[in-house]
Amino acid sequence: MKRKISVILIIAICFLLQSTIFKALSFASISPNLLIVVVSSFGFMRGRKEGMYIGLLCGLLLDIFFGQIFGFYSLLYLVLGYVNGMFRKIFYPDDIKLPMVLILGSDFVLNFMIYLLLFLPRGRVNLIYYLLHLMVPEMVYTLVITIALYFIILKINQRLERIEKRSAAKFV
Amino acid sequence: MRRKKTKFSIPAKYILLGLCGLCIAVMVFMYSVGSSAGPLNTAASYVFVPMQKGLNAVGTFFSNKSDRFQTLESVMDENEDLKKQVEDLSNELNAIKLEQYELEDLRELYKLDQKYPNYKKVAANVIGKDSGNWFHTFLIDKGSKDGIEKDMNVIAGKGLVGIVIDVGPHYAKVRSIIDDTSKMSGMVLSTSDNCIIHGDLKTMNEERSIPFDSLKDEDNKVKSGDQVVTSYVSDKFLQGILVGYISETKMDSNNITKSGTITLAADFEHLREVLVILDKKTDAVSDTEKSK
Repeated sequence: MKRKISVILIIAICFLLQSTIFKALSFASISPNLLIVVVSSFGFMRGRKEGMYIGLLCGLLLDIFFGQIFGFYSLLYLVLGYVNGMFRKIFYPDDIKLPMVLILGSDFVLNFMIYLLLFLPRGRVNLIYYLLHLMVPEMVYTLVITIALYFIILKINQRLERIEKRSAAKFV
Repeated sequence: MRRKKTKFSIPAKYILLGLCGLCIAVMVFMYSVGSSAGPLNTAASYVFVPMQKGLNAVGTFFSNKSDRFQTLESVMDENEDLKKQVEDLSNELNAIKLEQYELEDLRELYKLDQKYPNYKKVAANVIGKDSGNWFHTFLIDKGSKDGIEKDMNVIAGKGLVGIVIDVGPHYAKVRSIIDDTSKMSGMVLSTSDNCIIHGDLKTMNEERSIPFDSLKDEDNKVKSGDQVVTSYVSDKFLQGILVGYISETKMDSNNITKSGTITLAADFEHLREVLVILDKKTDAVSDTEKSK
């Protein structure tokens, strides 16, 4: 229960920050993607199922407020959460390299899919331009944010896991 | 006493498949019906819209602060330029005033109705922008409870900003005309030639302008600086709202039509307050049909 509430709170805060303050602080009209950091890190910290549900929740929020076609972002974030969950077995909290690679990879895949499905069919064929002026800047900006946000999420998750262990131990 | 694990759980991959299927089904359904998420919208808006309002105020505060860090030099240069502009403009104004008097006389003579009726407008604040970098939709803090409906035009400062595409009880979603999927019909004011104006992410990022095409300009009269307004052809945009100024034109390879770019009249970087026009084009059209 505690976990559910904290996860929903984290998602809500990140969504709100992303659509307001970080839009005002954008560099060259590029702003970071906080939700992908949340989806990806919960994915590889907690496994496929939780990654999937959290992805669905984030996608649903985006669909409601900014979606082009309802269900599109849900599907993308859902699958990304699941795929990140498959890396749980090789995830160690002390290692920052794997999370960084996974978060950046997820951000890239997300943007690439948006380009492939929503831009390319309308005849926007200049992939190199969008790659250099949109995807890569967003990845760099997201990377900067990740360094702070990832550790916050990691600490929250570790605390939640401790609490869960303690309450589970009472039953034994 | 040891708890037995009897809880039956479905393997993750089947849940994935199920949810994916559900998403796709919803997408297909929504696309064919063309509706928004209805009750989900309402529920979510009650939670998030008030918070977005508050947080956006904080964001505006920070961006205001960063705007102040302009160097004195650039401000002085700008001052110099602006002084020149004031001179030019006041000359132009005098000329226009003369023409205005003439026009008023003529209108009285012919008892012409005012061409553009005074539309009813409602002011709204921008409370959130699309969280991704691909599209330019934003949310405003007025919704169906404030009389806002789908397809209403949104303007800010001098020019057209966009169109309402979705309404919740206390918020509305606006697609701006610079959005990559936006497409509308426009008219060059000086020659009354129609053209099609697209939103484009690339030209918007590179030159702060949007492209137009299909402009038939047989006499080669359209030049840069000409005003572009919304045209009477459009079924959603009211006629005669300023979109921007033509910055460059070039002949298409078919030698019949011209294309080029438009510098926008509204400032899309600092959208904070917008005006929603409560009159809709579709209403105006149905009214005239009734009166016939």
